[in-house]
Amino acid sequence: MLTVTDLTKTYKTGDKALAEVSLTVPKGQVVGLIGPSGAGKSTLIRCINRLVEPTSGKIALSGAELTGLGPRALRRERRRIGMIFQEYALVERLTVMENVLSGRLGYVSFWQSFTRRFPSADIERAYRLLDRVGLMEHADKRADALSGGQRQRVGIARALSQEPELLLVDEPTASLDPKTSRQIMRLLIEICAERGLPAIVNIHDVPLAQQFMQRIIGLRAGRVVFDGPPEQLTESVLTTIYGAEDWTAMRKDGEADRVAEAEAVARLAMISA
Amino acid sequence: MTGYPTTWRRPPQIVTDRRWRIVLTVAIIAYLLIGMGSVEVNWARMMEGGERGLRFVYGFLQPDFTSRWKDISNGLIESLTMTLTSTVVGVAISIPIGIGAARNLAPPWVYYICRSIIAVSRSLQEIIIAIFLVAMFGFGPFAGFLTLSFATIGFISKLLAEDIEDIDEAQAEAIRATGASWLQLVHYAIQPQVMPRLIGLSLYRLDINFRESAVIGIVGAGGIGATLNTAIDRYEYDSAGAILLVIIAIVMVAEYSSSYLRKFLQ
Repeated sequence: MLTVTDLTKTYKTGDKALAEVSLTVPKGQVVGLIGPSGAGKSTLIRCINRLVEPTSGKIALSGAELTGLGPRALRRERRRIGMIFQEYALVERLTVMENVLSGRLGYVSFWQSFTRRFPSADIERAYRLLDRVGLMEHADKRADALSGGQRQRVGIARALSQEPELLLVDEPTASLDPKTSRQIMRLLIEICAERGLPAIVNIHDVPLAQQFMQRIIGLRAGRVVFDGPPEQLTESVLTTIYGAEDWTAMRKDGEADRVAEAEAVARLAMISA
Repeated sequence: MTGYPTTWRRPPQIVTDRRWRIVLTVAIIAYLLIGMGSVEVNWARMMEGGERGLRFVYGFLQPDFTSRWKDISNGLIESLTMTLTSTVVGVAISIPIGIGAARNLAPPWVYYICRSIIAVSRSLQEIIIAIFLVAMFGFGPFAGFLTLSFATIGFISKLLAEDIEDIDEAQAEAIRATGASWLQLVHYAIQPQVMPRLIGLSLYRLDINFRESAVIGIVGAGGIGATLNTAIDRYEYDSAGAILLVIIAIVMVAEYSSSYLRKFLQ
C-alpha cells in the first residue's frame, strides 16, 4: 500500500509542480493519473521513487518512509518500486536479457553486474518474465533491434524483475499505435492482477484510461481535482481537469479506435482460420 | 488580389543599420591593406628559397630508402612504440577524468578539478611540453611518450565528457530507478552509449599521436622525427624524402583502417 501525504514540489525556477497532493493506493489497485501537460503527473510519480526530490510531504510504501532517506537506504527502497517509461528508456545497445537483468542491479554487487554473473535465480526469473511478455526468442537481440511494442514489453519485464511492490508507469503508450497501446495496457493490467501489484499509470489518453483503469485521479496545476471510478468521469469533470473542450468529439474518436480494433481482430481471425 | 511586392531580399541579420555596414566594410578593407603593407618581403631571398625548395622536391622525387635504412627503421619502431604506449596510457587516464568532467555524473568540485586538468592539457601545445620534458628527462622517446600521453588526456577527456553530457538521460534514469549504485549506473547506462565513440576517438588519437611523434622528434623527443631532423640537418633531402613518404604511408594506412573499424563498430 502506498500513502502519499501533502506532497509538494516547487522547482528552483519557482514553478509549483505539486501542491499538497495526498492519495492512498491499496494493494492490487491500478490507478490512472490524468491531466493536461504540465499538471505535474510526471513529477508526482518521479517524486515517489525520488528521481525528483520532493520539497515537502511524506511518502510511505507499506509503512516504510521514503522521504528523507540517505543515498544507500534510498537505493534499497527503489528496488521495491518498478518503473516503466515513456519511449521505453531501454539501454539501446545492451541485449534484451541485459536490460531485463538490469532490474536486479540493486540486489547484486558491482562486480557481479560487471562480469554479468547474475545469480541463477535472477536469470531464471528473467527468462520466465520474457516468456510471460512473449519475447522468449528475442533474449539475445540488441534492444534497438525490436519494435516499439516489443521494447515496451522489455520495459515491463525489467520493472517486474525487481519483484516490485509498486509499479510506476509513465505514459506507457505515448509512442505506440492505438492497437499496440491497448495490447500493452491489457498486459499491464493482467500482470498487476496476477501479482496483486498496485500501479500508478500516467496517461493522457482519456478513453484508454476509462477503458482500463479501476480508479482515476485527475490532476490540474499540481492539485488533485478528481478522484473516483472511471464511470464518474463525466463531461463536467473533464472540463474541470482539462478546461473547456468538445468532449463528445474525443469520445467518438475513442469509439472509432475501438471499432477499428475489433474489425482488425476479426480480420486477423479470418486470415488465420 | 494585387499590390503585393514581387521582390524579396533576406534582411541583414547582424548589423541592421546600412550606414554601419558601409563603415564596417570600409574599415575591414583598410585594415587588411595596411596589414599587408606592413609585412616585409625579401624578394631576393625568396628567389633563392625557390631553388632550395626545388632541391627538397627533387629529394622527394628520388627518395633514398637504402643508405639510411637502419636509422629510418629504428626511428620508425621508436615512433610506433611511443604512439601505441602513449595512446593506451593516455586513454586509460582519460576515462576517469572524462567521467569526472561530465556535469551530469560528477559533483561540482570533482567537475571543476577535472575540467581544469583538461584545460591545462589542452592549452599547452605538444611542442612546448616536449621541449619542457626533454629538458627534464633528456633526449629520447621517454620524453616523447610522456608528451603524447599528456596531450591525449586533454583530447580524449574533453570529448568523452561532452559525449557523456549528451547521452539519452531517459536510459540513465531507468537504470537509476532500479536502485543501481553509481558505478552500476556508469557501467549499464553510460558505457553502452559512449563506447562506440570512445573507441572511434581512441583510434583517431592513435593516428594523431603518430603524426605528432614525427613533429616532437624534431625538438629531441625521439622517434622518426629525430631521424628526419638529422637528415635535414645533413642536407640529405633524398633520405628526408624517404622518411616523409614512410610517414605519409603509415598515416594513410592508419586513417583508412580506423575509419573502416569505426564504421564496423557502429
